[in-house]
Amino acid sequence: MLEVRGISLRFGRVQAIGNVSFDIRRGEIRSIIGPNGAGKTSMLNCINGFYQPQEGTISYLGKTRRAMRPHEAARRGIARTFQNVALFKGMSTLDNIMTGRMMKMRSNLLAQALYWGPNQREEIEHRKRCEAIIDFLEIQAIRKTPVGRLPYGLQKRVELARALAMEPTLLLLDEPMAGMNVEEKEDMCRFILDANEQLGTTIALIEHDMGVVMDLSDRVVVLDHGEKLADGTPAEVSADQGVIDAYLGVAH
Amino acid sequence: MDLTLPFFVEVLIGGLLTGVMYALVALGFVLVFKASGIFNFAQGAMVLFAALTYVGLLELGTGAVLAFVLTALVMVLLAVAVERVVLRPLVNQEPIILFMATIGIYYVLDGFGQMLWGSDIKALDLGIASDPMTFLARPDAPEGDPWKYGIMVNRFDLTAAAVAAVLVLALALFFQKTRIGRALRAVADDHQAAQSVGIGLPAIWVIVWSVAGLVALVSGLAWGSKLGVQFTLALITLKALPVLILGGFTSVPGAIVGGLIVGAGEKLAEVFIGPLVGGAIEDWFAYMLAMLVLLVRPQGLFGERIIERI
Repeated sequence: MLEVRGISLRFGRVQAIGNVSFDIRRGEIRSIIGPNGAGKTSMLNCINGFYQPQEGTISYLGKTRRAMRPHEAARRGIARTFQNVALFKGMSTLDNIMTGRMMKMRSNLLAQALYWGPNQREEIEHRKRCEAIIDFLEIQAIRKTPVGRLPYGLQKRVELARALAMEPTLLLLDEPMAGMNVEEKEDMCRFILDANEQLGTTIALIEHDMGVVMDLSDRVVVLDHGEKLADGTPAEVSADQGVIDAYLGVAH
Repeated sequence: MDLTLPFFVEVLIGGLLTGVMYALVALGFVLVFKASGIFNFAQGAMVLFAALTYVGLLELGTGAVLAFVLTALVMVLLAVAVERVVLRPLVNQEPIILFMATIGIYYVLDGFGQMLWGSDIKALDLGIASDPMTFLARPDAPEGDPWKYGIMVNRFDLTAAAVAAVLVLALALFFQKTRIGRALRAVADDHQAAQSVGIGLPAIWVIVWSVAGLVALVSGLAWGSKLGVQFTLALITLKALPVLILGGFTSVPGAIVGGLIVGAGEKLAEVFIGPLVGGAIEDWFAYMLAMLVLLVRPQGLFGERIIERI
């Protein structure tokens, strides 16, 4: 579904990603792992258009391109969450999730301004979808709370909710479990698996918790210093000597 | 001192109408602030630039309607230029950096306006009479009755207030209820997150700056015909500040109420308290009021609560 071919990304003379290729198949959970500074987040940023790589191409749903604007990516069904939560802090949980529906709203501005006719039906329909996601992620209790006031773990969950509200084809998750306790991590794993199985969302996941990565993923790609080190099933990757040396860190 | 009721009401109404004009200017600031979280220092220069362009076009012999349409177009073009040249390279930067950029825009517009249209003071006549209208007069009352001559209100001020009211209502509906309104709040909160849910920043910014430009045009015409189109018009920025602090930077209704309070407050204070302390308090009264509000409600009377986790 998505194929990255020979991507290179430089900031000035710093090479963030060097000639990396991999693919993501429809319906799978694809993890990207590697030490800090390996270029994982940069890779996601290339995929959803925040960064424009200097070399290489990205094919998504049969269309090949190098650069895409983030809002185009969103329109074509790529949603994401961020390493450091990026929510609209002044808005309530529900409003945050509703922003995820924005691209799907169709009625004209006048009707919206007056909350009239087709708009009223549309608004109700979107609200229903949001409520379904709220139920799905078990955040009913914080529906009206401004997200700036929520603890970190819940903010990450709201961020996931907003991304799911876009009904994405491809969901990019950047360390969705960073800074969570065991219980919160278990919940998050369950949500990711449910989203993948029940909603059929394809997921690209960056995560440092190896237990989680090996359990959840169908396939794993390993980056180090911006280059691809290994690519394969969790079992293959964790047996790879290069990966063990660079990242998994067995005694030398 | 004249302490009768009609006189008090007259001063109050005069103040409120001036307040509406303040609110008009403040509105431009609120729009940009809501959409990008930056205080647009250049708004005053935009007011001046719009008024200058309008008068300049009139002098070239276009009719009033054509001049208005053309100036509106110029303001939209300006919005596009600002987005291209200034905002786009600064995506995801700190608000303070964007603020500095708007100071730059202020001086560029100020200089460009002078270059284009000259630096003379120009009169602007909108064709609205400014003669006083009399309400509630009782001509057959005996001499000495405070109501004999009723309450006089400036016709021009009244017209300006009506125009402002219509403008505000339209804007409030547009920004509170439409999806663009929600998109705006999203952009103001977090650029990256807004992009990731599919909001195109360039489009939003052009829309907002265009609307701010149109508001600047209307307030430029109103103030220009009152004070003459001249370069001190840009300093109206300074009068908008207390209005914004009172009403809150993020609230359209707040800008209106803030404007009304400042307008009425400074007129009443000047007329009724001024003589007791030697007068001339109109100039600083608004700032003192704003400072008091800052102490009690830093987000202003209607602003969004400032939430921060510690």
